[in-house]
Amino acid sequence: MAQTISVNGAPHSVPDDPRVTLLDFLRQDVGLTGTKKGCDHGQCGACTVIVNGVRINSCLTLAAMHDGDEVTTIEGLGTPDEPSALQKAFVEHDGYQCGYCTPGQICSATAMLTEIANGWPSDASETLEGAVEISGEEIRERMSGNLCRCGAYANIVAAIRDVAEQSA
Amino acid sequence: MRPFSYTRARTLTDASQTVSDDRAMAIAGGTNLLDLMKLQVETPSQLADINRVGFAEIEDTDDGGLSIGALATNTETAVHPRVRADYPVLSRAILAGATQQLRNKATNGGNLCQRTRCYYFTNIDQPCNKREPGSGCGAIDGIAKLHAILGTSDQCIATYPGDMAVALSALDAQVQIATSDGGSRTVPVRDFHCLPGDTPWRENVLEPGEIITAITLPAPVGGTQLYRKVRERSSYAFALVSVAAIVELEDGRFSRADLAFGGVAHKPWHDPRVADALIGKAPSPELFDRAADILLEDAQGFGENDFKIPLARRTLHAVLEQAVEEAS
Ligand SMILES: Cc1cc2nc3c(=O)[nH]c(=O)nc-3n(C[C@H](O)[C@H](O)[C@H](O)COP(=O)(O)OP(=O)(O)OC[C@H]3O[C@@H](n4cnc5c(N)ncnc54)[C@H](O)[C@@H]3O)c2cc1C
Ligand code: SF4
Ligand code: FES
Ligand code: FES
Repeated sequence: MAQTISVNGAPHSVPDDPRVTLLDFLRQDVGLTGTKKGCDHGQCGACTVIVNGVRINSCLTLAAMHDGDEVTTIEGLGTPDEPSALQKAFVEHDGYQCGYCTPGQICSATAMLTEIANGWPSDASETLEGAVEISGEEIRERMSGNLCRCGAYANIVAAIRDVAEQSA
Repeated sequence: MRPFSYTRARTLTDASQTVSDDRAMAIAGGTNLLDLMKLQVETPSQLADINRVGFAEIEDTDDGGLSIGALATNTETAVHPRVRADYPVLSRAILAGATQQLRNKATNGGNLCQRTRCYYFTNIDQPCNKREPGSGCGAIDGIAKLHAILGTSDQCIATYPGDMAVALSALDAQVQIATSDGGSRTVPVRDFHCLPGDTPWRENVLEPGEIITAITLPAPVGGTQLYRKVRERSSYAFALVSVAAIVELEDGRFSRADLAFGGVAHKPWHDPRVADALIGKAPSPELFDRAADILLEDAQGFGENDFKIPLARRTLHAVLEQAVEEAS
């Protein structure tokens, strides 16, 4: 019985060794190296991907646990010729220096826009009900799982805010 | 990671049978277990993936309460309309923990069973009675900033690090457990976690083969519900001290004061004498001090964490002041 994981729409078979994390599977088995390994312990967010529409840290989950799931990585969000709105905004706002955290930042922010559209509150939200007000504070709290060693935070928030306000 | 075999449990019986072997473990979100397996703190020979056995629903109970599945994620729980409306302290506590990515994967059962963040426990080169019984406790005379001030033992001074369970303790929620013989039992959250005593390796009352299926919340209690978490930065850090509070006033006097504390002990700390001291009395700084005196009567610091004693007092004051303001 072949077990497969869909990555950016294409099926790939689940690795035999159960120790392979989703992150190592994406980078080594599938060959998509956009997703980065920063800490390998759920602390930095560099490995953030979107699984069944929800953002997670791919380093703290096993590939074997994702049989039948749909994974979207940075490569699935846009291409250099046709970047996504957030990819474009990161370029326009200089939302990076070395770029190592950027794929994780953009995957995270992509899913965050859906969470805001769904009206999910955050720790920074005044109330638990109603539409989420887009503010710097909301974006910083919601993006707190994505660290940037270069400290490009101000421009990262500006890029996300731009797209969030346009899509609101 | 050490090699292990992986099976996906199809039914609860399946899962329960697998984890009856004491070298096997259940894996849910994996956000705590895999972290510890990479550090070789946990070395199971077998993992039973319980993600597809069900128990992910959040549904009303017959008595007007709510049952939240053990396999529902922290996010699904925090954003559920009934949790937001009727148990806001639970939404707030979950949202104050970890990050969105982690909460999206973390399950309610796994969250209850998450292990301490003591640095000696997570470093296999250090002595730790919890990880290696009899090897000593590195923290007692060492780095103990995160450690407990209440209910410690000379074997272990670690804290239970989670936020969600602190709110569940204030709400007096119940843990539903499937036993290895196919039966079930219910344990109040307040009794689910253990004090370290002479058995610091034992963090909760689960027996081999037991699986948490759900957490049940009582019918809505109303009141003003707050979760206040004090940490070293404003987001994404474990609690130094936290307080979950459900407070109600009638004619200017406390009629309800269910408080639970995080970051201070090996379990969410609930001391019924605190409510007894507050109920029937009008709020005042002196009253809050009396409540703090009772709470912290036996508190003991270990050097680096001495600050937690005054911090717990101040946090108790702050949360009660805010609750009174919001309730009036
Ligand atoms: C960087 C980082 C920061 C964090 N910050 C916070 C924070 O601020 N506040 C906070 O509260 N938490 C925090 N966490 C911890 C996080 O909340 C837990 O890792 C998570 O809740 C564990 O859930 P899980 O489903 O992933 O558990 P798993 O890792 O799958 O399992 C954990 C344990 O529970 C057992 N288990 C799981 N489900 C069941 C079940 N149904 N029945 C019986 N046993 C079961 C497993 O066998 C294992 O021993 C943080 C984690 C990380 C990595
Ligand atoms: S406090 Fe507990 S967990 Fe930490 S080193 Fe001591 S025994 Fe181990
Ligand atoms: S590599 Fe996964 S969070 Fe850092
Ligand atoms: S751009 Fe270098 S780590 Fe963020």
